[in-house]
Amino acid sequence: MTASEKTYLGVPVRKPRAAFFSLTSCEGCQLQLLNNEATLLDFLSLLTIVNFREAVSERSENYEIAFVEGSISRADEIPRLKSIRAQAQTLVAMGSCACFGGVNQLKNRFSDLDWVKKQVYGDHPIETQDVLPLSAIVKVDLNIYGCPIKKEEVEKVITNLVLGKSIDYPQYPVCMECKANQNVCLFDLGEPCLGPITRAGCDSWCPSNRLGCWGCRGPAETANVRQLKQIMREHGFSDEQMLDRLECFGGFSKFINELKNQ
Amino acid sequence: MKVTCNINVHHLTRVEGHGNIRIVIKNGQVEEASWDVVETPRFFEALLVGKLWENAPYICGRICGICSIGHTLASIRAIENGFGIVPTGQTSALRLLLKHMETLQSHILHLYFLAAPDFLRIGSVLPLIETHPDIVQRATRLKLLANDACDVIGGRRLHPTRPVVGGFTMLPEKSQLALLKSRIEAAVPDLVKTAQLFHGFSLPDFVRETEFVSLQGKDNYPFIGGDLVSSDGVLRAEEEYLRMTNEFVVGHSTSKWSRLSRHSFAAGALARVNNNFAFLHPRAREIAESFSLRPVNHNPFMNNIAQLVECVHVVFDSISLLDKLLAMDWQEPRQQVRPKAGLGVGAVEVPRGILYHAYEFDDSGRITRADCVIPTSQNNANIHYDIAELARQSASQGKSDSEIQLLAEMLVRAYDPCISCSVH
Repeated sequence: MTASEKTYLGVPVRKPRAAFFSLTSCEGCQLQLLNNEATLLDFLSLLTIVNFREAVSERSENYEIAFVEGSISRADEIPRLKSIRAQAQTLVAMGSCACFGGVNQLKNRFSDLDWVKKQVYGDHPIETQDVLPLSAIVKVDLNIYGCPIKKEEVEKVITNLVLGKSIDYPQYPVCMECKANQNVCLFDLGEPCLGPITRAGCDSWCPSNRLGCWGCRGPAETANVRQLKQIMREHGFSDEQMLDRLECFGGFSKFINELKNQ
Repeated sequence: MKVTCNINVHHLTRVEGHGNIRIVIKNGQVEEASWDVVETPRFFEALLVGKLWENAPYICGRICGICSIGHTLASIRAIENGFGIVPTGQTSALRLLLKHMETLQSHILHLYFLAAPDFLRIGSVLPLIETHPDIVQRATRLKLLANDACDVIGGRRLHPTRPVVGGFTMLPEKSQLALLKSRIEAAVPDLVKTAQLFHGFSLPDFVRETEFVSLQGKDNYPFIGGDLVSSDGVLRAEEEYLRMTNEFVVGHSTSKWSRLSRHSFAAGALARVNNNFAFLHPRAREIAESFSLRPVNHNPFMNNIAQLVECVHVVFDSISLLDKLLAMDWQEPRQQVRPKAGLGVGAVEVPRGILYHAYEFDDSGRITRADCVIPTSQNNANIHYDIAELARQSASQGKSDSEIQLLAEMLVRAYDPCISCSVH
């Protein structure tokens, strides 16, 4: 099918040239794109993929949209990200590592980076630095939240991007979606959960599987972290358990010092 | 003809993560041949220190985007072994079924999307969408089935939600399992066609003798826990894994290397098939025989075929597991967990080979030390020495630059390396 044959509501749609890159990550978000088997072929028909190292050998540096997964953890990733930014008209941060640093930023809680290196590599010299989200280095046009990203949301974001429609994120927390899904509240099942303060959009993916939310999508607009701390305590969960979840993906970093000092 | 070539593959494509191949041949002599892993490390072993046990499976699943289920299960097993928890029959059957479906998903992804394009001399699976839609549809159909099954049992195909220490947060509906069984049975013809596709490919004829390390089967083809075995005759208990892996650091690689009786060893589907051939399902053995794959096979390109053989094995074993599960009355999904000080080790066969997680806990169940040994880090030294031997043989056969480069890329891809996982 050529570009001119693709239409939406009778209007021809062009297929933008898209490139996929990964920095410090598990590459799971790229995999999630290939995991969309049922709609994979339709999805592929929306884009001209010019760079997708994990699945495609041909490479081109001529692209309009760059999807970047992973965080920054080594000096050589900074010029690489800057050159992607210089080329791309639209830069999309894909997944929690790109948006907030992800699980990788748990390393930042240790003040002694040499101790961290020694734990894994002994005295062997190894280069690493404090983990940063993409937005600490370059302007990010769009975030796709989640660890992992959710295929329905990626497809919606990409379709809207290609069609030039606006992209809106829910302002409300995961708790709303969980209620709408008629789940029994996890606090009543004896599980800690960040659903009341985490940005929705995942359709309460973990709580619907009876796993309390770990906050991978970062805070909702009106996150009341102080109140959640009360709820956690009332249900017999320690501040440590709440902190473990809040610091897991980096999205709540601005709340953590406040909470520790309370 | 004296071969002279200078091959430099920066960030090899169609593999997970970032690795480089370098081959320099001058006048028929190999001057340089290396496999360099340049992936950024994430320091998972350090991240876990000071964390309560319950964080480990959730965080460690995120080591890998392809085998997150395997990592989650290895982490859970290490904790359960440390705390003295024995999973129920129901939990063990569900975990093995989940494991099988991840194996199927990962092997199909590798065989069709990553490996097959080389044999068809194309850069990716994308051109096949137009030229051979039936092949692409079959690949996506098999992958979809496996991923759907992981959703049903594990809650999510990537970074699963339901498997936890002590069992599962919740169980699938029996009706979902019955539907799954009929879908798995219906997938058998697709696997037969996959075998036919690979029969049409000519696998490079390359042999370098090495040692193969895997779990040792007692009465079935092993995936979760048990003794460790090598094709050179080494046998160790699961908790003695360090004497099997012997990790060491090398200058040019952010992934560690491993060795046992030789300079290097191999883990993965070929290692498992070589070490546990007798325990394969008869239909899987039939497929192996049809490709002349018998133990001990030393052609690394045969890892592709070993993966195909395992796809057949896990599909038939899953049907048996589903029969067993459908006949069970559901018990409680999850056992009580009481933390205990000490060491816990978990060994699990994940798609790319044997994976170990080990944690030391204090009395409250906080992790004081963590160690994860990844299949690809065990394979990296073997890949490196294979490339050198491949370069040597290719030089003496007078192959061209582009032929040598393609062969070297295919060789690395045959191991289906998971590079970011190996560095973690």
